[in-house]
Amino acid sequence: MKKLLNTLYITTLDAYLSLDGETVMVQKEGETIGRVPLHNLENIVTFGYTGASPALMGACADRNIGLCFMTRHGRFLARVVGMSKGNVVLRKMQYAISEEEKACFTIARNCIFGKIYNSKWILERAARDYPMRLDVDKLKGASEQLSRYLNIIRGKEEAIPCEDLEQLRGFEGKSATVYFSVVDDLILQQKDAFFFKDRNKRPPLDNVNALLSFFYTLLSHDVASALEAVGFDAYIGFLHRDRPGRVSLALDMMEELRSVLVDRFVISLINKKQVTDTDFMKKENGAILLTDEARKKALNAWQSRKQEMITHPFLSEKIPWGLVPYVQAMLLARYIRGDLEEYPPFLWK
Amino acid sequence: MFVLITYDVNTQDAAGKTRLRKVAKQCVNYGQRVQNSVFECVIDPAKMKALQYKLESIIDPEKDSLRFYYLGKNYKEKIEHVGAKPSYDVEGVLML
Repeated sequence: MKKLLNTLYITTLDAYLSLDGETVMVQKEGETIGRVPLHNLENIVTFGYTGASPALMGACADRNIGLCFMTRHGRFLARVVGMSKGNVVLRKMQYAISEEEKACFTIARNCIFGKIYNSKWILERAARDYPMRLDVDKLKGASEQLSRYLNIIRGKEEAIPCEDLEQLRGFEGKSATVYFSVVDDLILQQKDAFFFKDRNKRPPLDNVNALLSFFYTLLSHDVASALEAVGFDAYIGFLHRDRPGRVSLALDMMEELRSVLVDRFVISLINKKQVTDTDFMKKENGAILLTDEARKKALNAWQSRKQEMITHPFLSEKIPWGLVPYVQAMLLARYIRGDLEEYPPFLWK
Repeated sequence: MFVLITYDVNTQDAAGKTRLRKVAKQCVNYGQRVQNSVFECVIDPAKMKALQYKLESIIDPEKDSLRFYYLGKNYKEKIEHVGAKPSYDVEGVLML
């Protein structure tokens, strides 16, 4: 199994990144503030505005190291992609599938199945862990509702068909509504500063949505890098339609990972009081942003979460959380090559 | 795995100084400099072999020496630092 390497986060705003031999050199006002060998890195995420040298971009593309530029507030700006690598045959098959509604549906269905399944088990787990503090009946009710959608998607309820992408999107939307309607209940601490009414974005309008948006962005970069590393074109999706600049395939694959990787993480940040109300600031247009200090704290926690070990439910192999997107990309490639009968989504319990 | 690389390069003549520079440069590429001629590398065995070969082809075995200390995967308890210039943990959270 591939080894999960480290991610280098640059939060110093006026830091410039350049290539020096086999290392990335971080400079601020002409002085070197850090230097890390490239062979220890999987990803570089920079929030600065002074940028990186073309030589470094080339070296990263060449070594399959993701290089991602964000605004200082954590909005995605750009990702460096080098020459297309990997298997041409795989990519051609991916394009062929994307043209065919039926084949798209087969994969997309499994992704959405994973999404609903994972959301359901987050609720079930919460109900089990905090039976005294939570409205268990409400959670169980939502969970049952989600189970029903799972059955429909798998085609077990013949009265309600789910046979094309349009219907699938419908059930995805419905299950998301059910799931998000109880997310607020999972927040056990700091209730007055952290609440969840609905999902809003561009811009996020409350603290929880600000955290969700920030980490969804980071996750989408991780997933897109993982897909490219396996040889896919991250821009051609099966469920998400093609749109310039949108990493549709990464978004497809993120569906099943959102709740287990990000939602759960954000809720635990709040419940463990690792973030507080003072970590956010409000802009004139109502947008809520993380402060620079808070972003560092949050990234710290995110990085340690990614290094926690789990047993992958399909491979039954011990891997760090951070490798999950890569493993899923690999499994999708195996399915497309015909080595697996179905794409196995990441089902977490 | 974790490897500690130390070297001693004889710099009495100009050629020695060139060798010293070259050795240092290679070590910087793969690890972090913790003291003047001491480097810590977190590296996989294949890359380590390549690095060792590179270093061996630079030095003059009559005058210089290289030492490699293999500390394995669970190296963290085996290292203690006292004084200035603490090192960073290349497997921990990297944030600058």
